[in-house]
Amino acid sequence: MSEQDQDNRAALLGQVERAKATGTPLCIRGGGSKDFYGRQPVGELLDVSQHQGIVNYEPTELVITARAGTPLRVIDQALTAENQMLPFEPPHFGETATLGGTIACNLSGPRRPYAGAARDFVLGSQVLNGKAEILHFGGEVMKNVAGYDVSRLMCGALGTLGVLLEVSLKVLPRLEHEVSLTFELGLEEALENLHTWGQRPYPITATCYDGDQLRVRLGGEEQAVRAAHKRIGGDALAEGAVFWGKLREQQHGFFGSSKPLWRISLASDAAPLDLEGKWLYEWGGAQRWLASESEPTIIREAMAKAGGHATLFRNGDRTQVFQPLPEGLLAIHRRLKTAFDPQGLFNPGRMYEGL
Amino acid sequence: MHDHRDQAPKQIRNNKAGLLQRLTELLPGDALLHEAEDLRPYECDGLSAYRKLPMLVALPSTIEQVQAILRLCHELQVPVVARGAGTGLSGGALPHEQGVLLSLAKFNRILELNPQRRTARVQPGVRNLAISQAADPHGLYYAPDPSSQIACTIGGNVAENSGGVHCLKYGLTVHNIQSLKLVTIDGELLQIGGAGLDAPGYDLLALMTGSEGMLGVIVEITVKLLAKPQRAQVLLAAFNNVVKAGAAVGDIISAGIIPAGLEMMDRLAIRAAEDFVHAGYPLDAEAILLCELDGTNEEVSEHILKVREILNQAGATEVRTAKDEAERLTFWKGRKAAFPAVGRLAPDYYCMDGTIPRKRLPEVLAATTELSKQYKLPVANVFHAGDGNLHPLILYDANQPGELERTEEFGGKILELCVEVGGTITGEHGVGMEKINQMCVQFNSLELTQFHAVKAAFDPLGLLNPGKAVPTLHRCAEFGAMHVHHGELPFPELERF
Ligand SMILES: Cc1cc2nc3c(=O)[nH]c(=O)nc-3n(C[C@H](O)[C@H](O)[C@H](O)COP(=O)(O)OP(=O)(O)OC[C@H]3O[C@@H](n4cnc5c(N)ncnc54)[C@H](O)[C@@H]3O)c2cc1C
Repeated sequence: MSEQDQDNRAALLGQVERAKATGTPLCIRGGGSKDFYGRQPVGELLDVSQHQGIVNYEPTELVITARAGTPLRVIDQALTAENQMLPFEPPHFGETATLGGTIACNLSGPRRPYAGAARDFVLGSQVLNGKAEILHFGGEVMKNVAGYDVSRLMCGALGTLGVLLEVSLKVLPRLEHEVSLTFELGLEEALENLHTWGQRPYPITATCYDGDQLRVRLGGEEQAVRAAHKRIGGDALAEGAVFWGKLREQQHGFFGSSKPLWRISLASDAAPLDLEGKWLYEWGGAQRWLASESEPTIIREAMAKAGGHATLFRNGDRTQVFQPLPEGLLAIHRRLKTAFDPQGLFNPGRMYEGL
Repeated sequence: MHDHRDQAPKQIRNNKAGLLQRLTELLPGDALLHEAEDLRPYECDGLSAYRKLPMLVALPSTIEQVQAILRLCHELQVPVVARGAGTGLSGGALPHEQGVLLSLAKFNRILELNPQRRTARVQPGVRNLAISQAADPHGLYYAPDPSSQIACTIGGNVAENSGGVHCLKYGLTVHNIQSLKLVTIDGELLQIGGAGLDAPGYDLLALMTGSEGMLGVIVEITVKLLAKPQRAQVLLAAFNNVVKAGAAVGDIISAGIIPAGLEMMDRLAIRAAEDFVHAGYPLDAEAILLCELDGTNEEVSEHILKVREILNQAGATEVRTAKDEAERLTFWKGRKAAFPAVGRLAPDYYCMDGTIPRKRLPEVLAATTELSKQYKLPVANVFHAGDGNLHPLILYDANQPGELERTEEFGGKILELCVEVGGTITGEHGVGMEKINQMCVQFNSLELTQFHAVKAAFDPLGLLNPGKAVPTLHRCAEFGAMHVHHGELPFPELERF
């Protein structure tokens, strides 16, 4: 329990009821650390940051439930005290990051390909929909297939389907031992190594290639980490934790550029794309960052060909941020939006125009 | 509210000949079944207490055929029930009397196995185990392993979000798939998810997983494969008390160890399994735990020592480590065969599937024992203990008048208890037809209405698997259940009606 703990649902509900009555669009906001993400936020501020507090944390059940406005660092502290962690290693992008915003953006850090994304750890949620109704989906148990998986549907929906009020997450024990390694390699060799290691049962928990150095983090039981280190070689990276922390928070030098920053998601073994700009590879090759002044249409087309998708993550023109959807999928998106938020009150256009 | 689910379809009602004629134009002759004797094998799934003959069975073999069938059924407003292997335990694939049963059995090919990407692109009718077998030469496997894995299909697994004995560490189906191809009720083919680890837009991959054939027909799946662990080892611990065994589970996890599998069986289940497969289980135990540890050689050795110590501390009367791979498989064989083994104890058994927070196990078990006495029906308990998923197996005889009804009532009580202690009515088998009434206990009318709205976003006429998975509000009113959440009514201070 902390002094900031407060159940602010009544106020949030009241504001949504009024917005509904007057047809006022709402801009849902936690700590504002991800204001940069998605299309331009519009609408009257619906401030979730006061709705705070860990509601339930049971280390032996591997579950934490907290109000959406709870700062991510409060959750991290509580978990660390019990030697546990959020396995998806979420980026904070600022001191004010909240749990709700993290889940709404479905952002995950370096451990993502090896442990899972934010959405993989969501067990349940309490949601305020556009009809001003408070609903529960899922719960606090590991396995639950009663009803459609609305909690996971909320992950990455950028608040366009409802206001997250409370989220239950599966947590895991912290890894006993971690070692970070570095290899000086060219791109092709680096990618080849990643693919070979990926097919072996090595305890890899993060990878990054910056055009010069391939960095790899191993984590788990100490003997296992040592054995894997012996097999794959590489030089020990001093201050590994600092490196991965900076990478996660985009404080690594690569991210200093003021050029448009693209997040490219595609098959880990997809051939390097012939696009102008500077590249940084993560997630075994499945997440690539591109700082580039190329025309967005050129980048989108290259994605469509490569079977991946591109997000304009930072900088540049925010009119189109996410890869456009094929018409059939977009139609389903529109109907789902209507199913949760019939008047289109929440974060209008934050994800796609008209959604 | 609009609710089409229990409504009979209009034009085509009973016009079997007309529908058959139109389908004959779309499918080869051997892909259509319509004589009663040919329909019989499809009358039920693994929950054989519920049976119905479909009007017709269609067995398409191409995506275009599936699209054409759905387009036609949409035009004529004919219900469609998809079916994989029919091993479901909740009546999800129970046919509709005036509908088409759409079997995906002919979609049985592995289309592509990509060791470098660690993915397999497969048709929905491929059996779960066949994927791991195909991946084996590459040192890879598909992690979710339902006990039915020799028979059940990957399409059914996605539709149910199936788990297995290894999902504590490796997750459920939803964690192990990457993309799907889906045909909607109006015949459109959609690609959901992509070649990368995520896709733009809403997480429709998660929404489709566990949607029980209500939102579309899955015609292709790309699953993720994992590198086979270097070593797996299993420990068997015996306890003279079920509560102690339950506490040991929490102790292992508190020690920071996530076993690959952590299963528990009670006395009746142990005996049944031992009689059936001779796994060498200790017959004098009240409960046994099977704890599988996997990883690198070093890791497994280290963890075995730790877990052994924890189990002894927790009061195990005996702890055995499988001496070789053969014994490891034998230990598991008893567990994997637990359902059929228990099935030999009585003419029929009824498998429940609630999940609870693990710490509530003692009271749920005590209450189950109490109910068992009250209903005069024996229960054997098998649990996925690591994740709190209970499978009480109620023994009964369907030929005794009233016994099935009593069993269902008893089962319903167990599920309501699971909800009361903060759990759920189904961990992995789905709601289907079976738990439709208990959905009224787990969800309130606003939540159910939201589910119906999700359904309508895909299938506004309610033609896909009508009457399953989500009850109508009308049905809940008739069932007369009071919605409970964590033992209390939801937010009395906020209730506005
Ligand atoms: C002995 C035994 C042990 C079991 N053990 C487990 C276990 O350990 N864990 C577990 O989770 N389950 C278990 N089950 C339950 C069952 O095997 C699973 O639910 C399985 O996923 C069902 O697959 P199926 O192919 O048989 O699907 P079916 O029973 O044919 O269908 C199940 C549901 O999926 C829908 N469906 C099927 N295919 C498609 C498709 N292509 N597109 C859309 N919808 C579709 C159907 O309409 C139905 O609603 C067990 C069952 C038995 C009999």
